[in-house]
Amino acid sequence: MSTATLRHVGFILRGNPVTLVAGCGALFLVLVAIFGPSLVPFDPTTSNVPRALQPPSATHWFGTDQLGRDVFSRVVVATRLDLLIAASAVSLSFVLGAVIGAFSGYSGGTLDRWVGRFVDVLMAFPLFVLAMAMVAALGNRVENIIYATAIINLPFYIRFARAEVNVRRSAGWVEAARASGNSHARVVLLYLLPNVLPAMAVQISLNLGWAILNAAGLSFLGLGVRPPTPEWGILVAEGARFITTGKWWLVMFPGMALMFAVLCFNLLGDGLRDILDPRMRT
Amino acid sequence: MAMAATIAKRAGRRFLSSLPALFGVVVFTFLLMRVLPGDPAIFFASGPNAGQAEIDEIRRQMGLDKPIPEQLIYYLRDITTGNLGRSMTTGQTVVKDLVTRLPASLELTFVALMLALSTALPLGIMAALRPNSAVDHVVRFLCTLGVCVPTFVSGLLFIYGFYYLLGLAPDPTGRIDIFASQPPTVTGFMLVDSLIARDSEAFVAVASQLVLPACTMALFVLAPLARMTRASMLAVLTSDFVRTGEALGLSRLRVILVYALRNALLPVITIMGIVFSTMLGANVLVEKVFSWPGVASYALDALLASDYAPVQGFVLLMATIFVMVNLTVDVLYGIADPRVTIE
Amino acid sequence: MTQPLLAIDDLAVTFSTRNGLVEALRGVSLTLNAGETLGVVGESGSGKSVTAFSVMRLLDRAGRIARGRITFRGQDITKVGRDILQPLRGAAMSMIFQNPRAALNPIRPVGLQIADVLRAHNDLSAGEARERAIAALEAVRIRDPQTRVDAYPHELSGGMCQRVMIAMAIACEPALLIADEPTTGLDVTTQKTVMDLLADITARRGMAMILITHDLGLAAQYCGRVAVMEHGLVVEQAAPDILFTQPSHAYTRKLVAASTTRTSTVASLVAGEPAVAPLTAPKHAASASSEPLLSVTNLTKVYGADFKAVDDVSFTLRAGESLGLVGESGSGKSTISRLICRLIDQTAGTIRFDGEDISAIPTGQFHRSPLRKDIQIVFQDHGDSLNPRFSAFDCIVDPLRVTLGVKDMRTLRARAEDCAERVGLPINLLDRFPHQLSGGQKARVGIARAIAANPRLLVLDEPTAALDVSVQAVILHLLERLRRETGLSYLFVSHDLNVVRMMCERTIVLRLGRIVEEGPSSAIFAAPKDGYTRELLEAIPHFEPNRRSASAAETVP
Repeated sequence: MSTATLRHVGFILRGNPVTLVAGCGALFLVLVAIFGPSLVPFDPTTSNVPRALQPPSATHWFGTDQLGRDVFSRVVVATRLDLLIAASAVSLSFVLGAVIGAFSGYSGGTLDRWVGRFVDVLMAFPLFVLAMAMVAALGNRVENIIYATAIINLPFYIRFARAEVNVRRSAGWVEAARASGNSHARVVLLYLLPNVLPAMAVQISLNLGWAILNAAGLSFLGLGVRPPTPEWGILVAEGARFITTGKWWLVMFPGMALMFAVLCFNLLGDGLRDILDPRMRT
Repeated sequence: MAMAATIAKRAGRRFLSSLPALFGVVVFTFLLMRVLPGDPAIFFASGPNAGQAEIDEIRRQMGLDKPIPEQLIYYLRDITTGNLGRSMTTGQTVVKDLVTRLPASLELTFVALMLALSTALPLGIMAALRPNSAVDHVVRFLCTLGVCVPTFVSGLLFIYGFYYLLGLAPDPTGRIDIFASQPPTVTGFMLVDSLIARDSEAFVAVASQLVLPACTMALFVLAPLARMTRASMLAVLTSDFVRTGEALGLSRLRVILVYALRNALLPVITIMGIVFSTMLGANVLVEKVFSWPGVASYALDALLASDYAPVQGFVLLMATIFVMVNLTVDVLYGIADPRVTIE
Repeated sequence: MTQPLLAIDDLAVTFSTRNGLVEALRGVSLTLNAGETLGVVGESGSGKSVTAFSVMRLLDRAGRIARGRITFRGQDITKVGRDILQPLRGAAMSMIFQNPRAALNPIRPVGLQIADVLRAHNDLSAGEARERAIAALEAVRIRDPQTRVDAYPHELSGGMCQRVMIAMAIACEPALLIADEPTTGLDVTTQKTVMDLLADITARRGMAMILITHDLGLAAQYCGRVAVMEHGLVVEQAAPDILFTQPSHAYTRKLVAASTTRTSTVASLVAGEPAVAPLTAPKHAASASSEPLLSVTNLTKVYGADFKAVDDVSFTLRAGESLGLVGESGSGKSTISRLICRLIDQTAGTIRFDGEDISAIPTGQFHRSPLRKDIQIVFQDHGDSLNPRFSAFDCIVDPLRVTLGVKDMRTLRARAEDCAERVGLPINLLDRFPHQLSGGQKARVGIARAIAANPRLLVLDEPTAALDVSVQAVILHLLERLRRETGLSYLFVSHDLNVVRMMCERTIVLRLGRIVEEGPSSAIFAAPKDGYTRELLEAIPHFEPNRRSASAAETVP
């Protein structure tokens, strides 16, 4: 990347302070995911029953749960798993969706109609219910949450790539590329996809947030990751039992962590979209 | 009348074209349920020490000893006769369970949808009329925040705030306070039933029980709705025909209401189907948080108990609701936009 | 001394953009008397539309009147609020727009839209408004107004939509009508009906009109006075005959020269450029008798169930020849150009190129054919025809890389520079991306790409339709020179008959996918045999000083 490009990025970020902050937040989360587990003050799975259900204090910043485990440590350690699930699921659906969507949108024929119908059916269906059924069917394992989350993300990417390619397929430069002697496959892979990818990359950021919510939702229901593994959704689910008795910190802190992660990725995605395409500013 | 005929034809065609999808959903869920872990025969045998003979007997009763394709055909035949099987956990037929529980889910979803629409539309319109004003920023902030809060967290925080701290909300369990008298069931929608029974006390009891879950759910879809309204309103406000209205001296109110708003609502109508779908999905989480006796929590319990039939029934029900919702959206759109009649 | 209807005095308008303030108008002064027709002519970016929007006070949020004054009927309306403007708009001054279909509310019947305007300014019941709306549709000569009053815009043609728009604009008998490019995007015959209607209505009702257009001929034909704008300033205003015969400003001279007329030649369009030798002796006249380079027989393309975009078309093209395909929208001319370039498959018929049946090769396979590089195309929208992620260099060498497999960077560079030179593209622009190039430069890149692999047939699909006239003149000149230098064959597709007459030896006139007339260009233009060709020719806006003054005298009330 040349210095001119870097300066340009810097200029843009100064004009979008929110995006900059969101980007820093996302970076912070990634750092926490990498280094957090080795820095936490308490072991996230060791119980200490005498100190159970203590409100936040100087020792236990986020309080303790019903087994006396340190909520702060559990929330920090959970970051890695949650980000890992979301990132794997999103990249899986991104790659698949971009290729399927691009070819479908470019062909515009029978293939496109079938893909379109498939996506419509999938999107019309309560995706969360589908994910639930899939995790239940495939087994309560982390990779199955990833597959389920990837599948329910897939229609968005297919639809997005399909729409983006579709508006461009009759563009002059695509016809020009064909007149220059490019085959259909080359046109899709070397001409259309590079033009569509930046817009799709923005979707990655937006969908990361969504994927985190879905994965946490599944765990909250008892599907997917199992206790005692620290995971934000599970932490909230465990805390839910004590909310009517006023033990707010058990729900509040993992909830805040979830919200913070989703917020960062969403704001970052919005900001990137604005930077890439000022017309889409909403 | 010609328009009504076209719309009816369109709706009919749409219905027919969604039948294969419906069939696909049925087969898919059937297969999915068959690969679920855990043998229900063992689960429902008298105990962990049940003999192999007993398990085989249960297996035969449930038709599990037949090959999968045969099981599928039986299942399809049962569906057409309205037999969705029997729930192992409740001991009732699935159809009966779903019928008693569906109104609870629908009531919650509809109230939440109304709540979300009546908030999101004015917010989106106000934001679009004054872009970059304080209103716009507040709306944008709310929208950004709204999509970030998972329903299960916002629901729990609502409970903490309104039940535990403020004591305003009733115990967050079920559709009506256990000590209140339940109105006689007519429609299953307790709000409606209590109105029919002219029981204002019951109405208040039902409504106060409904407020928190409905708000939780509404908050979840508020953001996409308001965002969409704002974006489409903004686009329409800069369109050529709004400029025409301005150029020919129409009043501001007329330009906004008749020219801009009606056009701006078209894309909002089209996403209603997806919004409704998202809400039904979110139902699972909300119903669990508020111990709401709806179909989603019923299916979840069945799923966790490896009880096939209710889950299949639930998925089928969802798919059917979907087809219906999309048909409604289509018809609404056909009425709102004359252009769709020519295809 | 009567007061003018409208007086614009030293008007300056600025737009705030991402790159700071941009001055769109830099001190425009114009006056217009009641009943007068003023043409405002200029190329894109000249500020002609901004002037109109300023008068109506319809500038968008970014635009601001920085200086100057607009007086309408003696009232200063430069800064007045909505309470004053709203009663004026539609009742005293109205406006019609480019792209009439978008200018009408898509989900409201046109009758109700006219009624909306009527009821905004008059105290009418719904029934009365409907009656008046029907009368207004009658006034713009829409047949069967009783049924059309309930039609939605999408059920009407573009020309009819513009007539509905006119009906709305004149429904309340305004004193001033501003027409902003009212016929851009409409076919030439439709343009003529719409313009004749406008001229008739304004003359009959004594309305003043400002006609904003990029077409000098159109303004000259329909206006009593024409103002020429450039870079936010009025550089010259005069009666059309003076403007045409004795333009005083350099820019006007350039514009007048670049405007195509019945008598203009490619050379006369670009006064000042080195003259091109007349076209009378193409250097491949010898090949005339031999096998044609391209021969198309019974070509048919059907879309959907039974829509014949191209219906049984046959023609031939000799090597070195330039053949024109002329037609209005829906004539199938663009479809034919894509069929010949093997971008879409034909439904029936054959295309032979240099003796080989290329229609037998499916388009999905044609990229492997050695003939791929021989047939190249230049597209209408030059901005759209360049890959936004490719630099000009990458665009130009793409055919070389793909069809000829040239990998060596130095060869590619040399070839690109050579092509750039031949199309008059400065070599230092080769590393720029499309968005950093002007319209004319993009056109040159598109042409350079098309000639990069040394094709034998160049299909030019409306190559200048999206360009300003002065740029069009230069590009036509360039194309003409290229053909003489290289002996390329051209298939020149255009809706502009004058351009085709200048550029092509032979012309084919298309209508609804069929050939209606074919022959040497000079013969077709001098003595059209087919009624449709005649209609097309008559509809071209043209300016004849003597006739104009006569008709102007008639129309003055």
